Amino acid sequence: MSEEKKDHFISPISLDYNYTAGAATTRFLKKVSEGKIVGQKCPKCTAVYVPPRGSCPRCGVATEEEVELVDKGSVESFTIVHIPIPGNPIVPPYVCAMIRLEGANISFLHLIQEIDLKDIRIGMRVEAVWKDKSEWDTTLENIKWFKPSGGDDIDPSEYRFKGPE
Amino acid sequence: MKDIYIIAYAQNPILADAKAANEVELIMPVVHEVFRQTGLSQKDIDFTCSGSCDYLQGAAFAFVEGLSAIQTNPPIKESHVEMDAAWALYECMLKISSGDTESALIYGFGRSSPGNLDSIISLQTDPYYLSPLWVDRISYAALQANTLLQHGTISHDEMYDAIVESMEFAKSNPNALVSNAPSKEEYVAEQKLSTPLNKFDVAPVSDGASAMIICTKDFAKNLNLDHVKINQVCHNIESSNIGTRDLSTSTSLLDLSTKLNLTNLSVDIAELHSQYSHEIVFLKKLLGLDNTSVNASGGPLSGNVMMAAGLDCIGKTYEYLKSKDVTNGLAHATSGPCLQQNMLLHMERVK
Repeated sequence: MSEEKKDHFISPISLDYNYTAGAATTRFLKKVSEGKIVGQKCPKCTAVYVPPRGSCPRCGVATEEEVELVDKGSVESFTIVHIPIPGNPIVPPYVCAMIRLEGANISFLHLIQEIDLKDIRIGMRVEAVWKDKSEWDTTLENIKWFKPSGGDDIDPSEYRFKGPE
Repeated sequence: MKDIYIIAYAQNPILADAKAANEVELIMPVVHEVFRQTGLSQKDIDFTCSGSCDYLQGAAFAFVEGLSAIQTNPPIKESHVEMDAAWALYECMLKISSGDTESALIYGFGRSSPGNLDSIISLQTDPYYLSPLWVDRISYAALQANTLLQHGTISHDEMYDAIVESMEFAKSNPNALVSNAPSKEEYVAEQKLSTPLNKFDVAPVSDGASAMIICTKDFAKNLNLDHVKINQVCHNIESSNIGTRDLSTSTSLLDLSTKLNLTNLSVDIAELHSQYSHEIVFLKKLLGLDNTSVNASGGPLSGNVMMAAGLDCIGKTYEYLKSKDVTNGLAHATSGPCLQQNMLLHMERVK
């Protein structure tokens, strides 16, 4: 066989960083490593942010007060993933959902499992399924996924912010 | 073009490492400070534009995350440049000139401590011919320093004197990161990073953020604040292929200096975005600033927040014009290797 003629070559580029999550998010992640979910409350409009970034974009002020939340909530929005993502160990089809914890004013992205795909809907109540305590670290992956918890669905109008303007 | 005024500027103390602070926590203090200075709030601002580079801290969409630092409800008109915030200011000026904007908030932020600045800046060069060579920023600067030394445009002594002068000025700047000059012996003995530059010739790796508010004449009139007029602004860029450029001069800056009519302008103070000692000497000569107070803040050698340092040159010029009894200020911002892209602003104190 003749030598293969190459018209390109691959030159990998990588950069290393000491990444920081920020002071507010660091406090959140430390609590997550203890199995607690702690958000931050805006001093002006009382909105609760989880995970917190240290600010309330509604009011443009810093958030300081910490609020412990339960690991239960509901599905604010969702999508069913059918296409495998290279390097992702989860086998499709699976559900990615925006989870709104009880008492929180924003949602975050997580998985939903232990569910028949045709049952997933907005407003459905879910609860966290935690990894074994020995595996906990400073990451929301301590929660393996959320699963249906039963009970009446949340009316989606409940997601609208009703705090003081 | 409409008359445009700067009415507020704020800068965080420059740090070598802002530790755990994220972009929100960096930006919020300076944005609050410019609002405090003016009595305005985000609701009074028609347009907001920021300058930053996600590669610096290694966080994808950090510029979007940074928006959580300002009040974005009700929704705001907003833009971002992957450049120094001096160019965010430029975008705001265009926006005001176009007629539908009376006031604008500009902020720039950068964290260079989390990554390797040399490698990161190297990746910003031309991706086909230059970035695969991984030439670091200091080696690029050294190419120009060598060229200028060989042409006799600048001397080693002048480079050292520029460092000493910058550090002397930096002593009265509470936000400066470094303000200690080496002795001549220390300077000469210091190991070269890339000949002829050693660590004293190079601006320090810095973390920080800055913010500014600009507005139209009518908007400023109602506020009863000290304001500084931006008389003229222009910018120009040279080729991205460094091999085609004449590094013994700066064609873009000479062009800008003609456009601003600098030779007929008696500039009282100037803040230059000079990140290397030789750039201070070179720019002073090129722009004819022998009788001008240059980099009275200490300049980038005393602290150099990537993506904010150009805006800082404009902000410091504003602060001096506001507080000192002088009339004409010149601010400079740059981007790219060896002063590839340049912006000059002529600013005037309004009596």
